Amino acid sequence: MGKKLLIHNDHVPGIHTLDVYRAHGGYASVEKALKTMTPDQVTDEVKKSGLRGRGGAGFPTGLKWSFLAKPEGVARYLVCNADESEPGTFKDRYLMEKIPHALIEGMITSSYALGAKKSYIYIRGEYFYVARILEAALAEAYAAGFLGENILGSGFSHDCYVQVGAGAYICGEETALIESLEGKRGNPRIKPPFPAVQGVWACPTVVNNVETIAAVVPIVNEGGEAYAKIGVGKSTGTKLISASGHINKPGVYEIELGITVEDFIFSDEYCGGIKGGRKLKAVVAGGSSVPILPAELILRTAKGEPRLMTYESLGDGGFITGTMLGSGGFIVMDETTSIVKNLWNFTRFYHHESCGQCSPCREGTGWMEKILNKILAGKGNLSDVDLLWDIQSKIEGKTICPLGEAAAWPVAAAIRHFRAEFEEYVKNPSSIKDVKHYYRLNNLVEA
Amino acid sequence: MPKVTIDGHEIEVPKGTTILQAARMIGPHVAPPAMCFYTKLKTSGGYCRTCIVKVTKGSAQNPNPMPKPVASCRTEVMDGMEVQNNTSPDLLEARKGVVEFLLINHPLDCPICDQAGECHLQDLGYQNGSEKTRYEFKRREFEKIDIGKYVSLHMTRCIMCFRCVKVADQITDKRVHGVLHRGDAAEISTYIENVIENDFSGNVIDVCPVGALTDRTFRFKSRVWYTKPMEAHRKCDHAKCNGKVRLWFKGEDVLRVTARKDQWGEAEEFICNTCRFEKKRKSDWIIEGPSPISHHSVISTNHYMSLNMAKVEILKHQKALGFIPMKKLDLE
Repeated sequence: MGKKLLIHNDHVPGIHTLDVYRAHGGYASVEKALKTMTPDQVTDEVKKSGLRGRGGAGFPTGLKWSFLAKPEGVARYLVCNADESEPGTFKDRYLMEKIPHALIEGMITSSYALGAKKSYIYIRGEYFYVARILEAALAEAYAAGFLGENILGSGFSHDCYVQVGAGAYICGEETALIESLEGKRGNPRIKPPFPAVQGVWACPTVVNNVETIAAVVPIVNEGGEAYAKIGVGKSTGTKLISASGHINKPGVYEIELGITVEDFIFSDEYCGGIKGGRKLKAVVAGGSSVPILPAELILRTAKGEPRLMTYESLGDGGFITGTMLGSGGFIVMDETTSIVKNLWNFTRFYHHESCGQCSPCREGTGWMEKILNKILAGKGNLSDVDLLWDIQSKIEGKTICPLGEAAAWPVAAAIRHFRAEFEEYVKNPSSIKDVKHYYRLNNLVEA
Repeated sequence: MPKVTIDGHEIEVPKGTTILQAARMIGPHVAPPAMCFYTKLKTSGGYCRTCIVKVTKGSAQNPNPMPKPVASCRTEVMDGMEVQNNTSPDLLEARKGVVEFLLINHPLDCPICDQAGECHLQDLGYQNGSEKTRYEFKRREFEKIDIGKYVSLHMTRCIMCFRCVKVADQITDKRVHGVLHRGDAAEISTYIENVIENDFSGNVIDVCPVGALTDRTFRFKSRVWYTKPMEAHRKCDHAKCNGKVRLWFKGEDVLRVTARKDQWGEAEEFICNTCRFEKKRKSDWIIEGPSPISHHSVISTNHYMSLNMAKVEILKHQKALGFIPMKKLDLE
């Protein structure tokens, strides 16, 4: 069994209540940090731990914190990004639903390190019931004196608020999240200025993922060095993986970074192998926006080394033969899966979720969906595959926020690794099952 | 003061200048096209992505190139920065892609569009577009919304530059104009189809780079290239309007009143609705003289430069022309 730091107590009855959480060592990091450490010491521990952002980009958290501007007399904010909307990712929901106090504890400790007197948990609209769980937990924390004025007699005061979004994928982008939090339309801001300089209410702000903030708790409790001992190289600690797809045991798993992908998919401790004993076809390793990899490349790198569940190993080979750990949305597909249909589904999602601010994403995502519609309705040409490739290359890197890339990467990877499948659909439309279904959806292609 | 090199031209600019502004200072041959940036509107720019440039050297301190093309209208220059615009084939290809994206859902109804002839999208498509479209699907359409007696909104033509939204936010005093929905269903609208009624609402027409917002009092009266622009002014009572405008004549009739525009197509000063929509008699105005119109513009085919400007142009190029004009130059 790998070491678990975040969800080791998830099976304990009543762990969502403060009393049970306290009985299992909860809020020790708040006591330790506020009573025995300075804010800079907390930041140093996070730096030593090598913790990297768990939301998808994998940016070192300690470094992000050190970028926070600290002008005199200006408030600073910590914002927790709980707008977990990446298809295939559901780890934050699990954590907040089961152990809400783990997040709140992390919020208090992190805010202490950053000198933030106020923090927000921005949670997606679809997680309305989770917001209620968090609010109940916040009320308990206030009653126990972990939030409010002069926490534990340390002189540090802190207020934490839960803000529910209205259900837009784009609001998971940190600047769109801030806009939405301020009550505006959730459009990404143009950077610079970065949130570390001008974030919420034009004040310096740190935006971190739920899991990142929760990971601060074990780092403070056990020390950054102990945390850094887990994992391989620059991928330290544990990571929550949302496993879904054609596997025997889908669910949220906490892994030590550095186990092999093969182990994760096939061992009984984790996914338990492919459903029905079928063959593995492809894996989307980090949420829908990261490049899909065929079985041979996800299990082994192009060099023939076993692929590990780390930022570096999954990224080995760039996007030609590699992918990304991303947010940890691990989607497994067996041999019965149609990659084209899967891509159509992803592309439809990005088309629907584009905010409409900048031209390449607004127009390009819809165009790609229409071409895939056309191919799936049995009306495609070989040139459509090339056109798709060209469109994705013209979206990637030209947009305000990473949604453009998120929409372009899956298209690029599907064509790169599974071009034959597209060509089969074009040359032999009768091989497409349920054409009628796509035909109906596809009122844009003329008969 | 930071020094920046754009397409091989070095220029020293005040701190805080954007790449686009620096390029415009060098001249139109290096300035990237801009569809959404508007000098007079704060926070405008960054949306259309036509002004993207390649930064091959970040600054003297950090000489690394920037990994992606950047929006030149929203990126400030750094000392020692090196930028490629027209000299980078990759970048021109990327811009061509952006132009294609802007055009795939544009109705291309130029023959019946009042903006034709002074449309920035036409210019952009001419300079950076392809001959043929690769888009074979039905183009996007919107329900027509009536936004009042002065301004006509034709959402189907909109390229979502957000300039009019910024005007509503910053120039008019009561905002009833904004964006509904998202993605490619996003549309400019007045909130629950309110009529925009305030003294400066007409300026949304001038800032619109395409024919999405046009002057209802000028609707279908004439093609712009059959009208003659003249600079004129009147004493305007409005505190924020100085009454300096451009009149568009057909014969002796004033068909249209707009703000005066500079060489980048931006209004020099915003004007009030009274000047724009209510003063359509020649006697309302004191005429100053013909407006300067670039000879690249289709409007100039029917027109001329002001005499003084022509003189300046000729004197500037006298060496190249190979003759020395007389001091009393006559344009006959």
